[in-house]
Parts: sequence; C-alpha cells; structure tokens
Amino acid sequence: MSTIVLLTLTGLGLAALYFLVASGLSLVFGLADVLNFAHGLFLSVGAYATWWAAGNLPGAGPSGFGFVLAVAVGVLAGAVVGMAVELIMIRPLYSRTIEQVLVTVGLSLAGVALLQATWGADARPFPRPDWTQRVTPVLGAKVPNSGLLLILAAVVVLAALLGFLRYTRYGLVIRAGVENREMVTALGIDVRKAFTLVFAIGGAAAALAGALGGVYFGSVSPGQGGSLLIFAFIVVVIGGMGSVVGSAYAAVAVGLLQQFVNYYGTSGAGDVCVVALLAIVLLLRPQGIAGRAATT
Amino acid sequence: MSGPPPDGVPVLEVSDLSVRIAGLHILQGVSFTVAPSGVTVLLGRNGVGKTTTLRAVLGLTPRGGEVRGTVRMGDRLLGGEPTHRLVRGGLGYVPEDRCVFAGLTVTENLRLAERRSGTPAYDRVFELFPELNRRGRQRAGSLSGGQQQMLAIGRVLLNDNRLLLVDEPTKGLAPKVVTEVAEVLERVAVAVPVLLVEQNLAVVRRLARDAVVLAAGRVAWAGDANELLREPELTRSLLGVGTVASSDGAEVVGP
Repeated sequence: MSTIVLLTLTGLGLAALYFLVASGLSLVFGLADVLNFAHGLFLSVGAYATWWAAGNLPGAGPSGFGFVLAVAVGVLAGAVVGMAVELIMIRPLYSRTIEQVLVTVGLSLAGVALLQATWGADARPFPRPDWTQRVTPVLGAKVPNSGLLLILAAVVVLAALLGFLRYTRYGLVIRAGVENREMVTALGIDVRKAFTLVFAIGGAAAALAGALGGVYFGSVSPGQGGSLLIFAFIVVVIGGMGSVVGSAYAAVAVGLLQQFVNYYGTSGAGDVCVVALLAIVLLLRPQGIAGRAATT
Repeated sequence: MSGPPPDGVPVLEVSDLSVRIAGLHILQGVSFTVAPSGVTVLLGRNGVGKTTTLRAVLGLTPRGGEVRGTVRMGDRLLGGEPTHRLVRGGLGYVPEDRCVFAGLTVTENLRLAERRSGTPAYDRVFELFPELNRRGRQRAGSLSGGQQQMLAIGRVLLNDNRLLLVDEPTKGLAPKVVTEVAEVLERVAVAVPVLLVEQNLAVVRRLARDAVVLAAGRVAWAGDANELLREPELTRSLLGVGTVASSDGAEVVGP
C-alpha cells in the first residue's frame, strides 16, 4: 500500500513538472501555431538563474526567504527570455512554420552551448532548502517534500492560469485566438500582443519547473530542459493543442504511467509506454483529450 | 459600366485591385465604389472572387498572396495597414460562415468585440436581437445557425462603424431566418453603409441599392441594382444560367 502511495505521489510530482512545461508550450502552440523547441531553454534559464541568484544575489540564498527570492529571479528570467524570443525571433516568422522550427531548434542548441560555455557541462549541485530534503509521511509512505512542493506549485499555476484565462480581457483574447486567430484581428484586436504575453507566461512557468525541478533532482545541468521537453511535447499532443486543462490531465496520465511502469516493469519501459499511449491517443482521438479550446 | 453612385462621395473606393494567391490570379484589376449610404451588393458566380475582394479590403489576404491596387476609405489609404487597425478605424466585418467563437459564451463573444474607443452600444444590439440577451451564458457553439448569424452581426453593431462588410449572411439558413436577417440588415443599413456579398436574389432585391457584378476576376457590370434585376436577360448573362429556385423557393444565383 505504502509503495503505491509513494509511486502515486512521486508520479504526480513528475506530472507537475511536465504540466509546468507543457501548459506554456500548449498555449503557445494553440494561439500562435508555433512549435517552440526552445521552450526547454526557458526551463534551463530558470534553473540556472535560480542557482546563480541563490549563490550570488544579495538577499537571496539556499534557504528560507532567500530561496523564494532566488526562485522569483529564476521565474522572472524565464519570462523575460520568453518575451525576448517572441519579439526578436518569432515575430518576424509568423505563418512560416519551417523557419520557426529551424530558429527554435537552433536557439535551444545555442542556449545549451552557452550555458555549457559559461558554467560547464557537468551537473551543479542545486540549492535545496532543508525542508525540501525531508520527507512527509502520507498513509505510511515517506514522500519527499520536494515532490509535494512541485505538486503544490503546479496546482497553484493551474488555478492561476484558468483564472487568468476565464476572468481577464487578455485571457478572453487568448481563448478566442486559440479558436480562430484571424477572426480576433478582424474584431480590431492586436493579437500579437497576446502572443508576447503567452510566451512570457510559458517562459515563467517553464522557469518555475526548472527551479523546482532543480530542487527535486538536487542538481542542474545544461541539457535538463531538452530531455524534459520531449515528454512535455507528448503531454501537449495527448492533452490537445492549446488546452491548459487537457495538458493537466495528460501530464497526470503520463507521469503516473511512467512512474508505475518504471517501478514494476524494467526501468525505461515507462518511457516506451508513454510513447505507446501517445500513439493510441493519436489513433483514437487525434485532437487530444480536450480538443482545441484553452480552458476545457 | 454605368456611372458612379448617385449621391455624395463614396465611402469606399477600390481601384485596380488585383489579388494573386498561390499563383492564381483571383482578382485582375477590380474597380468599384461603395455609396455612403444603403446597401451595395457584390454579385457573381461561385468562386469569382467576392470573398477575396472583401478580405483584401480588410488586409486578410493569406500570407504569400499578392495584392496590388488601392483601397481608399474616405481620405485614408487602407493598403498595408494591419487588419486590427483597419477595423478599429471603422470597418465592421461579418465573415462568411459567421465565425463566432464556439467555445466562448454569447456574452464573451460580444465582450471580445468591444473596442476601447467609445462605449459599446449593447442597447442597440439587444434591441435588434433580444435573443442574445436571453442567451448570454450559452456557448456560441450551441446556438442555431440563425442565432450565430445574429451574434456575428450583433458584435459588429456594438461599435460605430463607417462601413460594414457582410459576407453571405443568409447562407445555409432556413427561409424564415433569411427573412429575419434581411430585415435586420435593412434596419442596419439606414445608419451605416453596407457592402454585401449575397447569393439570394430575393434578399438582394429587397436590400440592394447598388450592385457590382464580378466575372472572371473583373467587374462585369456596376450600377443600379433594380436596373440589373429588372432585366432577366442581363441577370442571366451576368450571374449564370439564370436564377434558379432553391429548396425554400427563393431565387439564388446559380449554379
């Protein structure tokens, strides 16, 4: 029983990580039709900015309020990089899919190389507040607090995103734009501003994943974002391109499946099962769980 | 070709408009004007470039498409400006197939159409379409075709426009609803000029003051709509093998 609880909660922790990356990816794809391969870079930027801030920024540190400040710096860095990527590299290339793929793939490679050149290719120990290194007993299982922190963060981000999409003007524009971008412009709305905003939100969420993922794994390395991105893309496709709620469901399914199969089967079989799940969803329901709607 | 519209300076002047999409010359030097009041109807057989014309005016030609010629609204040159700015400058667009946001509620669809300049005229919209007020919380995707059309028209009426571009508003609607839509457009056109694409000749007969007929990417005839419709021979030669009766008994341009 306690094993199942532990696997469920660590699986949900993994799901939380996927969701934080996938939600932004999904909105960017749904609204702007951009397959953003540089999204993993936002995660790495968040992780490294948090790591750097905890060590170097006055007031920030590896524990307590200092750590919160360091994570805030990381999230801000992710948002700024996301925004800059949209304004400088994506904006001139809207509706030119192949060029976009090339530029975002190139950017992700260059970004990783830049991080390696600056801080080396080896994994660096990540600052971890004492609390996150302890465990909490849940129904007999000893669950690492860092996993619970990820779950909590993902739930807060999900609620905040849904609130933003449902109750604000920009949220309305984004939901409408995911359905029919051209018609939004034909109502007199500059939809490109919403694109920039979505990139910033996606960058911030991915950066948060980077910072909290760093705490969860205990280290940070330049290639981390890229390997998580693959599963985030799978989550986006299973959830339905453009749907935040769909991404949440899909992230939970993928995280749990991976964790359970990796434990009860051979290690690595979970990843294969995830790809199999992707194939099944694509065959039976190609539009994904939620279809093309931002908040359903 | 007949002369320019009778009264005043035209609200829209299209001159020598050419549109090429994916190597196809859809429009080849189209020139016409839209009178400052009433309904100007754009006629022609299927695929002749009526929708392409409206979309080119709005700057909605797909990327890779080539647009030449000039479009003027008053003293303003429209070419090259982004669509959202043209719309804010007073162009209301009711697209073919309505294009309401199916996942959004009726209220949200209307709220999206509000423009920052000026107060949205909800009283005007709800007076014309009380149904939209009652169904505010319903998803637009669950409305009937007629109700969706009302919503599509309603959202452009929230704002004051200098010209409305309306693309086949009666397409696929039941006869009773066609009449309702025609009535609404008749009332709307009293206040603001309309450039209408319409295949239903009964609706055209009722609404249109001026007519522009496109054929093979060019203007084949322009002038008084009644003059055109009075002459069955002319109508037949311009619009196809003649007017055919559709399932609901109305005349439509065919085939």
